[in-house]
Amino acid sequence: MHVPDGFIDAPVSAAAGVLAAGAVAVSLRGARRELDERTAPLAGLVAAFIFAVQMLNFPVAAGTSGHLLGGALAAILVGPYTGVLCISVVLLMQGVLFADGGLTALGVNITVMGVVTVITAHLVFRGLLAVLPRGRGSALAAAFAGALVSVPASAAAFTLLYAVGGTTDVPVGKVLAAMLGVHVLIGIGEAAITAATVGAVLAVRPDLVHGVKGLAAPLKLRVGGELVDAPAAEAPAAGPARSGRAVWAAGLAAALVLAGFVSFYASASPDGLEKVAADQGIDAKAEQYEHATADSPLADYGVKDVDDERLSVGLAGVIGVGATVAVGTGVFWAARSRRTAAARPAADPETSAV
Amino acid sequence: MGAGHAHRLHLERTSPVHALPPHCKIVAAFAFVLVVVSTPREAVWAFGLYALLLAAVAAAARIPPGFVLRRMLVEVPFVAFAVLMPFVAEGERVEVLGMSLSVSGLWGAWNVLAKGTLGVAASVLLAATTELRALLLGLQRLKLPPLLVQIATFMIRYGDVIADELRRMSIARRSRGFEARGIRHWGVLAKTAGALFIRSYERGERVHLAMVSRGYTGTMPVIDDVTATRAQWARAAVLPTAALAVCLIGWTL
Repeated sequence: MHVPDGFIDAPVSAAAGVLAAGAVAVSLRGARRELDERTAPLAGLVAAFIFAVQMLNFPVAAGTSGHLLGGALAAILVGPYTGVLCISVVLLMQGVLFADGGLTALGVNITVMGVVTVITAHLVFRGLLAVLPRGRGSALAAAFAGALVSVPASAAAFTLLYAVGGTTDVPVGKVLAAMLGVHVLIGIGEAAITAATVGAVLAVRPDLVHGVKGLAAPLKLRVGGELVDAPAAEAPAAGPARSGRAVWAAGLAAALVLAGFVSFYASASPDGLEKVAADQGIDAKAEQYEHATADSPLADYGVKDVDDERLSVGLAGVIGVGATVAVGTGVFWAARSRRTAAARPAADPETSAV
Repeated sequence: MGAGHAHRLHLERTSPVHALPPHCKIVAAFAFVLVVVSTPREAVWAFGLYALLLAAVAAAARIPPGFVLRRMLVEVPFVAFAVLMPFVAEGERVEVLGMSLSVSGLWGAWNVLAKGTLGVAASVLLAATTELRALLLGLQRLKLPPLLVQIATFMIRYGDVIADELRRMSIARRSRGFEARGIRHWGVLAKTAGALFIRSYERGERVHLAMVSRGYTGTMPVIDDVTATRAQWARAAVLPTAALAVCLIGWTL
């Protein structure tokens, strides 16, 4: 569900807008490296794909159905930069054309549903891929885990924005519990669909799955009716790949330690926040209603006491996530050199029909 | 999705609102929503005035009210959420029709409903009075990065193509007797999504080759650049200025 206008107050919306703009700017540069001058048509078509696949209904049971959100899928299939770009463009167009999600909440929507989802899914996916044995099964498991984590992470990011700049008086603990509860369920569905979709693409065109570029089966030659490995082109790939995997494993260990801290806070916070709300929130609110019943500035101050407590937890989370992202990106850059520009030969018979 | 290329979002009319340059309209709609969002929620009458302002714009653009209202159904899931709010929010409670509701929750629900609805209505009017292509040109004119505008252009241009492809696959599935009934059938649907991705990606590659063969070097030539005169800016500014006046009165009262 897209965040509408007026749900998050103006300063936080503006801050989220700046964050989203920064993320999109970084992604524009990154996508050019991922796709070079093919960026515009390819990212555009992938955005159209995300847009269309959100219409594909997956029946759950007894008449209810859900659809794919697509953030994790985009991260795995086309890479994090292009993924962020595609989701952002989809959200921008949904906001401007379909009135889905407020214009002033665009930054919030892009940050929560685009940036957080894609980056989380990408980090989890690449991290797992680095430690699991190479193969289709582990790629699918990593895709499942990435999508599974990305949806509650997005919900948690929304709750964080809500805690800082929410315009309603629902206690943050309740929001967090409700959001995480619902979104873990959604995440399971998202994960199953994402993994199955990645599996379907892997079966046909493994070279198109950005996240597992190295997984393509070695080239075989049929010599006298028997399959033999093609001799060349394998030796150079083996050396750097192994060192890259070592770097990835180290990065994952660091990320795991960080994520451990973050999850500690995350799992502790619902109880903690509810306790805080019980201890202070009710007092603060009772006081606030005695002093001034419907004075909106005071209403803001009244909640501030609670906010600071939450902020420390939230801040810890942000630092943790930020550090995870920093480590992940650093490792990503280090390991990046082994990426080969696997430009697909354009000699297929169907290439003429555009 | 609609058939053909007559897009259901846009209503072709000749009106002063349609004639305004797209970037003026985007700025005006954005400024209007910004003003609405920063209005204090206790000024209930102000939101009524905002609604009247939007109704005046719709009348000037000759957009039938039914069209706007139908398009505004997009916010229904969100209304359901707002309705829940008085029940879960904390603070002082009042008895309404035998139910105990939170006062601050009622205010919160009102706040989100009013502002969200006005925002949706403004976006709907913007999309109804501006062509898709013009909207993208307007965004480019407002210094959105050209690459982003190109991506958005491709998404809009091929969105219906890809959606139709999905629909054809769905028809093909159904004509072979398949009906998705539960989680057991997710595998088939996921294969559809995978196939759709491969087709979209390959179409992107073909589109790129076709563009390169026609001299594409990474940037799109801007042929129909949009410009706005001072008078057009002034006309577009009427809506946000009126809204700002209402907002200021709302703060001082």
